[in-house]
Amino acid sequence: MEALLALVIGVLTACGVYLALRGRTFPVVLGLTFLSYAVNLFLFAMGRLKIGAPPVIAQGAAGYADPLPQALVLTAIVISFGMTAFVIMLSLKARAELGNDHVDGRESS
Amino acid sequence: MSHLVIAPVLLPLMAAIVLLLLRHLDLRLRRLISVGALLAELVLALTLLVTVSDGEIRVYALGDWPAPYGIVLMADRLSAWLLVTTALLAFFALLHALRGIDATGRHFHVLYQLQLFGLAGAFLTGDLFNLFVFFEVLLLASYGLLLHGGGALRTRAGLHYVVLNLVGSTLFLFAVGALYGVLGTLNMADLARAVAATPADNVGVVRAAGLLLFGVFALKAALLPLHLWLPAAYAHTSAPVAALFAIMTKVGAYSILRIDTLIFGNAAGPLAGLLDPWLLPIGLATLAVGTLGAVAARGLGQQIAYLVVASAGTLVSAFGLANPEGVAAGLYYLPHTTFAAAAAFLLTAAIARRRGELADRLDPGPTLPEKRLVGGLFFVVAVALAGLPPLAGFLGKFLLLRATLGLQALPWVYAVVLGTGLLALIALARSGSLVFYRTQSVTRAAASAPVTVAAELAPVTGLLLLVIGLSLAAGPLYEYTQATATQLMQPDRYIQTVLGGGGR
Repeated sequence: MEALLALVIGVLTACGVYLALRGRTFPVVLGLTFLSYAVNLFLFAMGRLKIGAPPVIAQGAAGYADPLPQALVLTAIVISFGMTAFVIMLSLKARAELGNDHVDGRESS
Repeated sequence: MSHLVIAPVLLPLMAAIVLLLLRHLDLRLRRLISVGALLAELVLALTLLVTVSDGEIRVYALGDWPAPYGIVLMADRLSAWLLVTTALLAFFALLHALRGIDATGRHFHVLYQLQLFGLAGAFLTGDLFNLFVFFEVLLLASYGLLLHGGGALRTRAGLHYVVLNLVGSTLFLFAVGALYGVLGTLNMADLARAVAATPADNVGVVRAAGLLLFGVFALKAALLPLHLWLPAAYAHTSAPVAALFAIMTKVGAYSILRIDTLIFGNAAGPLAGLLDPWLLPIGLATLAVGTLGAVAARGLGQQIAYLVVASAGTLVSAFGLANPEGVAAGLYYLPHTTFAAAAAFLLTAAIARRRGELADRLDPGPTLPEKRLVGGLFFVVAVALAGLPPLAGFLGKFLLLRATLGLQALPWVYAVVLGTGLLALIALARSGSLVFYRTQSVTRAAASAPVTVAAELAPVTGLLLLVIGLSLAAGPLYEYTQATATQLMQPDRYIQTVLGGGGR
């Protein structure tokens, strides 16, 4: 499971970086989203992977999952969600004001 | 446990909420609330400065949960120093905005207070994840402020700024996650303790995370090669926002100084001095490139933005000397360069308004109305920005050069600091002569808004008086920054105060 998760994070990050370096706003927004997915998974994995372990006190529990990364991930998800909404609105505004969807506001020849 | 530590964080947040709720109120009343909140913030910041100047570190445990389980705020000399700088700067920038810029879009005052909330939180927090959260708060507010008023150029610069900072935030989270995964804590004092006791096979991961953090803060501080976003963003936004943003690069410099002295300080065992080999070269290179940019700039706003980059370079070079004198010199230089850059942005707006269509482009234009007054102010601003005597910029650079005595890096620091000083002087002199002397006596640019000259130039004058005050009170202020530097160099005291039940 660790290898699979590491692979998923790696692939998401690579896709995110590639897309974020593209010239048009839509791929860039998509790339930022992928990057934030990757970092959310990464944060989540930092509490170590455990299946079926309770995060807070439960009677007769053999072990606990670390609850803190889950709280951090929640915060990070909320923030990245808000940021994505903002950057989409900004891209639409840029498309309207600059006349095209290139990040520099001009078509490359 | 005194609530004074959290008050400067809560006050702007409350003001922002109140302003948002009262958004249908008359603009004059909202302005009154905004200015009142800012004045109260200034009083709180000054009180905190007086309180912490006894050398004790104040810790505030949120919800009274003891560290490292709960989240703490901590106030030391460094935090209070930056808070006071921020509040003073924000006050004068707001005075400028009150003359009409706050009415060109919605929610200016709400965003402005939220920006102060984020800044105060970033300076006071003692928790790495909370630092991330406050960074996000101040960034979100700054996106709104940057785009305030609209316009195609502003939107384009804003898009670059937003995307870059989103990538930066992601990297910040990666670094925070890696540190938590290895060390199991995010409280900065606890991190300092844990870093010192890192097992040998985890040193590499912690080093990577630390350098990643440094990269993120370097992006915020606009250090080479991550400085390219700054000139466009600052040159195209409105003047009071650009003036307020003069403190934004200092947040990055503050964070670098904080993790450099606390988490990777001299007690960090195998990771002590992790950032030290990077700070000085990068700082000097940023200083050089920023100044070259200022020489090549084609607009006055762009030129000042490049000088902001250069000033961040100076600060990081001073911190990179890794001795108390260097840090003290940097901290003394910090408010000066912030106020001087802010005054320059505000004055640029006044000049641009008088030149009509030419705006701030560095081309010969019409003779300016009130050219003596504006020109005189520009002269003082230029003296302050270039770091000439008798103002504090000169004293700061002098202290920086003195702190270098006896270090191996001495020739590099002297060459770059003195050389860039000369170049900045040439750049500003060229702009001044283009704008004020090589004028063609064509028709006067029509004054676009019926504003009184006094109200327009009062914030600039106020900021310049602060700069002069910094120079006059150099003795006591330098003593304060020296004490700050000494305090920063003793991370053990932070660890003891935060973890040893200091918040009880």
